[in-house]
Formats: sequence, structure tokens, C-alpha cells
Amino acid sequence: MSLLSDLKVGEKGKVVAVRGEGAIRRRLFDMGITPGAEVYLRKKAPLGDPIEIAIRGYELTLRKSEAAQVEIQMY
Amino acid sequence: MLTFALAGNPNSGKTTLFNALTGSTAHVGNWPGVTVDKRVGTYKKGEQPVEIVDLPGIYSLSPYTPEEVIARNFVLNEKPDCIINIVDATNLERNLYLTTQLMELDIPMIVALNMTDVLDARGDTIDVRTLEKRIGFSVVEISALKETNVDELMKKALIAVKTPRVGSTVLKDSLLGSAIANAEIALKLKGVNAPLFHAVKLVEKDEIEVATHPAEASAVEAFIEENVCTEKHCACDTEAEIADARYKYITAHFSSTLTRARKHSYDELSKSDKVDKVLTHKWAGIPIFLVILFAIFHVTFSENFLYLGSMIPAFGEWCGAESESVWKGIFFAGGLNSPGVILFNALDWLTGKIGEGLALGLEGLNANPAVIGLVCDGVWGGIASVLSFLPQILVLFLMFSILEDSGYMARVAFMLDRIFRRFGVSGRAFMPMIMGFGCSVPAMINTRTMVDEKEREATVRVIPFFSCGAKMPILLAVAGAIVQAFGVGNADVITYSMYVLGVATALLSLLVMRNTTKRGEVSPFIMELPIYHMPGFKNLMLHLWDKAKHFIHKAFTIILASCIVIWFLSNFTWDWSFVGEDGMDTSILASIGKLIQPIFTPLGFGSQLGENGWVFAVAAITGLIAKEDVIATFGTLALSLGAVLTETQLEGGVDQVAFLIQATNATVPALIAFIAFNMLTIPCFAAVATAKGEIGEGKFKWTLLFWIVVSFLVSSMVYTIGEWAWTAAIWAVAVAAVTVGIALYNKVMDKKERALLKK
Repeated sequence: MSLLSDLKVGEKGKVVAVRGEGAIRRRLFDMGITPGAEVYLRKKAPLGDPIEIAIRGYELTLRKSEAAQVEIQMY
Repeated sequence: MLTFALAGNPNSGKTTLFNALTGSTAHVGNWPGVTVDKRVGTYKKGEQPVEIVDLPGIYSLSPYTPEEVIARNFVLNEKPDCIINIVDATNLERNLYLTTQLMELDIPMIVALNMTDVLDARGDTIDVRTLEKRIGFSVVEISALKETNVDELMKKALIAVKTPRVGSTVLKDSLLGSAIANAEIALKLKGVNAPLFHAVKLVEKDEIEVATHPAEASAVEAFIEENVCTEKHCACDTEAEIADARYKYITAHFSSTLTRARKHSYDELSKSDKVDKVLTHKWAGIPIFLVILFAIFHVTFSENFLYLGSMIPAFGEWCGAESESVWKGIFFAGGLNSPGVILFNALDWLTGKIGEGLALGLEGLNANPAVIGLVCDGVWGGIASVLSFLPQILVLFLMFSILEDSGYMARVAFMLDRIFRRFGVSGRAFMPMIMGFGCSVPAMINTRTMVDEKEREATVRVIPFFSCGAKMPILLAVAGAIVQAFGVGNADVITYSMYVLGVATALLSLLVMRNTTKRGEVSPFIMELPIYHMPGFKNLMLHLWDKAKHFIHKAFTIILASCIVIWFLSNFTWDWSFVGEDGMDTSILASIGKLIQPIFTPLGFGSQLGENGWVFAVAAITGLIAKEDVIATFGTLALSLGAVLTETQLEGGVDQVAFLIQATNATVPALIAFIAFNMLTIPCFAAVATAKGEIGEGKFKWTLLFWIVVSFLVSSMVYTIGEWAWTAAIWAVAVAAVTVGIALYNKVMDKKERALLKK
């Protein structure tokens, strides 16, 4: 099992589950990070964190610490 | 009148549609109960006028962010006649996620499918008729930007209003469908409005809903455990189940109506991606941002545009030479003036002419000298010095609006989050902060996008340190006067470094607050990066007009009133006799100023400035009403103190301040400290009132104290170090001591918290 935060630039994966609870988790769901969604790591910010992912046809940015709550399956 | 609510994701073109529908009829009002700005306008092009309410941009109706709660309360309590749900066609899946929540309400609804022109350009198509059938209500293709089909949208909405609508849900056939149906029946029996919506939220274990219907909530939980969960799959994590079910349904039934011209590949870069590759580049991204920021200030303030005057010495010399021509004065100073300065000069020339005309007219009528003084110096003089800065404020607003509308601001937050996190706030805090450069009032309101309360309060407190448009006159006039009176430095550099000082103070204060009184974890940073696009001209202009109106309104009300009061106080003595300009030092204002003068001594503009030094004290006090007043006060005071200024010198605040510098022998460090004090102390009435509304009564008095303490500390540091460099050592020791103290305090607090957690 890998985490979204482990992806390298240009790698893809499929969301398996979202860990944690409360506001952050709900926000991740609301933004479309739900099981089955495909994610692609577009780039990292100049200072290495946050990261930019492509999901459901749009670009989303989140911190590595938040991405570490998302379990993915690498392609 | 019918009321339609405009709901949709941020960046879906909601504001553009709002402007297209309402034209210039928009006004800002207050939400009932909560002090959030909502925009209300009237649509007048149809058979009947319709009130349009612009809800905050939201992704969901979750109970976690203030905006979502506001939008939710509005649609539930105010019951609009129709919801116009604006959906970005280029981002169908995520936009329809909100639609699936809104359609659970018992309110007539219509989808405005926006940006279909962008879709067409890509060659992609959406089968609107099929989508309409599957969603269950009208879908109208529009382009808010080009204003196509907007009237058609309103026509369909007016038809939709005629038939009452019962909420529908996409979750009916999902795992939790039965639980929702049961909860709906229970709530209906209880007489709850919009039972389906509440039922879904109840099943979702939504904080707000569970608190309102605790008995039903536990019944639902028991039902799910008993009937829905199987050995293989537990559905108790209902929040996840529901979000998942919504997206699955959208993918299967709604977004399948989208046909792409070509198969999408991640490696294929769109225009926006290509732009982004440069602007958020690993090495170049942040330097590019700094250059853009500098360019904005250069275009607004520089008297040596593009450094033409320095690069072509002959041109520079010609520009600097005295000339009788009005035009030359407006366009050239040390070189070619920047657009901001040209506009500034032009308006200043105009207001100067009007002032002269007024004086001549009144003298021709043989008016009383007190009346001439009041009209020309008190009223017109004050208004003119404030209005003269309007062009530069608008140029600055325009630049920031362009950056924001284009999508670049979001990238800046993306690049800087890592840095801001160090100071205890998320990259989100960056937007309100940078807005603070325009005006603190909208900036403070904008902090509502921040999730964490403590982080938000801390941000509201430091927003005034991002020197706003109204403080700009102080910077410009004092910096200009320093250059003129002492012949040192360059106004550009002084202005820029004062802005930097403000930012540095803000960040340091944040750091201190987040480690002491406002301790806590940094809030999440999960944000959409919108596609870059050209900002719409009409929207930019509407935005600017809004700001201009607000500023002019302020100038003619609160500032006009205070100018008259100050003129009165400075021209009359305690026994109400008119002393005019010559008897200034016996006026009421002078005695108040002299009384409070000593408290500014550590800051360099107190007792050491001698008998005329009170002018700085008085100006600082009038700044509490509105920061524009500081320079207006200087103008009035310089004239009353007997400044003999030629016609050209009267234009702008620089010469007034330069005169006051001569009259008081103020030093450069004292003047810099004066700027710093005005930048950091209690902001204007409007901002103070906003902060009070945002932070709440109880904590507000601490905020006032915070502003006073910070402004005195920083200004006295600036003054003492500037005057006697060796005092830097004392300050360094003090800073080190405080740092160690805070670090120790945090260690202790961390230990306590860990001990609590263990329990």
C-alpha cells in the first residue's frame, strides 16, 4: 500500500481509502478524493511542499502531510 | 419580489454571472444574524424584477467552513424562490458534487452550465438534453463572460419557479438509501422542513444535524449497524460512503454525457500548464513573484518609469529641469512618470485649479475670512489631498484584481505555503494579507476562508500591517518630503522598504501569537488551482468602480467631517474666538497636541521636536479616524503654521510635510518612525469596526492593545536604532530574551498538552 505523499512527479495512482477524521478528511472527499478516483502528481511547489495533483479533470493542491492520509494503489 | 440564490463552486464564474445579471445594481448588505457581506442585486431585464443573491463560493454543504454554513443557512432559512446552480462545464464532476447536495432541498432549481465556449474550443461536447433528463431539471448552457444565453437562463428559471419542487437525491439506490428514506419519514413526521436534505445530513453524521435531532441520529446509527452493515463491509463510516456514492453516481450518470474530442493524457500540456511551468518553476517561481510585486509598485509609484531617466541621462536632465508647462509637470519628473504618478499629477492639478477658483470666487464676494478659510483650507483642502491619491489606489487595486482573476494568486499561495506555515498560518492566509495592501476591510472579511479560528484571529490582527491604500499617502508624502528636505535616498526605496517592514512585523507578530496566545496546529491547505485565463475587462472595471465609490464616499463623509472639525479646532481657541492662521499655536488643537506630544518622545516625534512638534502628534491622532486624514491634517496644519507655498508646491502632500520638517527639525529616523507608527497602530474606524465584527467583542480589546503595543515597540526601535546605531545591541538582547522565553513557554505547554492527551 502506498500513500499519495509517496508519489513522484509524473506518477499515477488510484485512491483506495482516506484515513483520519473530521474536517480535513471531509474536505478531501468534497474535493473528489474518493475511492476509485485516479490521481496524477503534476508537480511539487518550489520548496518541495505542497504538491499539485490532477484529479477528476482539475488541479488540486494539498500538503504532503494531508496527502499522507490518502492510501493509493500505484499503477 | 422573487428571490433567486446563485450557488456554485469558487471559480465557476459565479461573480461574473452575478454582474451580468444585475449590471451595476449590486450593493453589499449584511447577512441576517451573521456579519458576512453578501451581494444582492436586481435583475431587471425580464417581465418582472428579480432579486439575485450571490452566495459565497462553496464546494459542499459540509458543516466545517464558515462560508458553507452561511450558504446552507441561507438556502434553508431564507428559502429563495429558486436556486441557480452555476456549474463549470470544464470541471463537470466536481461541480456537480455540490449540485447533488443542493437538489436534495425542496426548492426549484436550475443549472447554469457555464464556460461551454471553452469546452467548444477544446472540441469537447456535453449532451445537455440527456444531462437535463437525468438530473431532473433544466440545464441552460451559458457564457457568463460573454453574457450569452443569460436571459434564456432567467426565463427558464421563472418557469421553474411556477411548479413547487420536492427534493430528490442521487443516493436513493446507494447502500445507505434505505437509511436515508427512513430518516426522511421520521423527520417528516416531526414536521421538519426540507426533510430529505436533513435526512441525508443526519445519516452523514453532520455535526449541526446531529445536534438538532439527537434522538433520530442515534436511531439512524442503530438502523445502519443492524440493517446496512454486513460482515464483509461496514457502512458505519457514512461520511465516506455518501461522498463516494455521490461521485460514483455523477461519474456513471452525469459526467458520462461529456464526450472528449481526444483521449486525455496527463503528459499533454494545456496552455495553462505551460504558463504554470514557468510561473511556479522550481527555481524561478519565487523570484518571478518578487519581480511581479516590485513591478506593480513601480507602475503605481515610480517617478522614473522603466528607469528611462537614468538610462538616458540627457532625457533625465530634461525631465528634471524647471518648466512652466503644466503638461511637463504631470508627465515628467526624474524621468517619465509611471501611469500611477501621471494620473495622480493630473487629478492634483485639477483639484488645485478648483481650489484657486473657490478662493477667488469667495474673495470676490467679500466673504468673511473665517468662511474663506473653512471652505478653501478646511473643506476643499482636506478633500483634495485625499482624492489626489485615488488614482494610485485604483491602479494598485487593478493590478491585484488582475492577478487574482487570472488565477495567479492561488499559485502564489501554493508556492508560499511552506514559508507561511513556518509562521503558523496556512498559505490561505496569504490572500487576505495581500488584499490588505488594498484595503483592510475586505481583507479582514476574506479571512473567513480560513478554517481555524485562532489562525483567523491572528491574521485579522496583522492585516493592517500590510499597508493599505489609505496609508499610502502617508508613505508617499513623508518619503517624498524626506528626499526633498534632506536630499537623501530615493522615495521609491523608502516606500518599498516601509512595505517590507510592515510585512516583517506582521510575520513576526504571527509567529509570536501562534506560539503564545494563539497556540495551535496550522490549518489544512487543500485548494483548487484554477486554470489561468484572461481577466474580464468588465468585471475588472466593476470591481474598480466599487472601490472608487467606496473611497469617494468615505472622503465626502467621515473625512470631510473630520477635516471640518480639525480646521475648527485649529482655527479657534478655547474661548471660541477665531484666531485664523497666525494664531495657530493658541488654538484648541495645539493645546491637545502639546498635551499628548510627550508620549511620542521615544518614537522620535514627541517633545524633542520643540514648540511646533505637536503637529505630528495631532496628525497621528486624526489618523485613527481615517489614515487619509494624516496627510490632510498636515496640509491644513502647514498652511495654518504659515507655510508659504507656491502654486506648484501646493500640489500633493510632499511640500506640506517638507515645510513641517523644517518647522520642527524632525530627523530622518523620527520621520521613518512616524511612518512606521501610522502603519502599525490602530487602523481607521472602518477597519476597527470590521475587526470587531470578525473577532468578536470579548477578544477585541486585546486586539486594540496589540496594535498599540506593536506600533510603539517597532517605531521606537526604528527611531533609536536610526538615531544611535549602538542601541541595536540592546534591542538584540531584548529580542533574544523574548525568544528564549517563548521557546521555554512552549516546551512547558507542549509537555502539559501531552500529559493531558495521555489521560
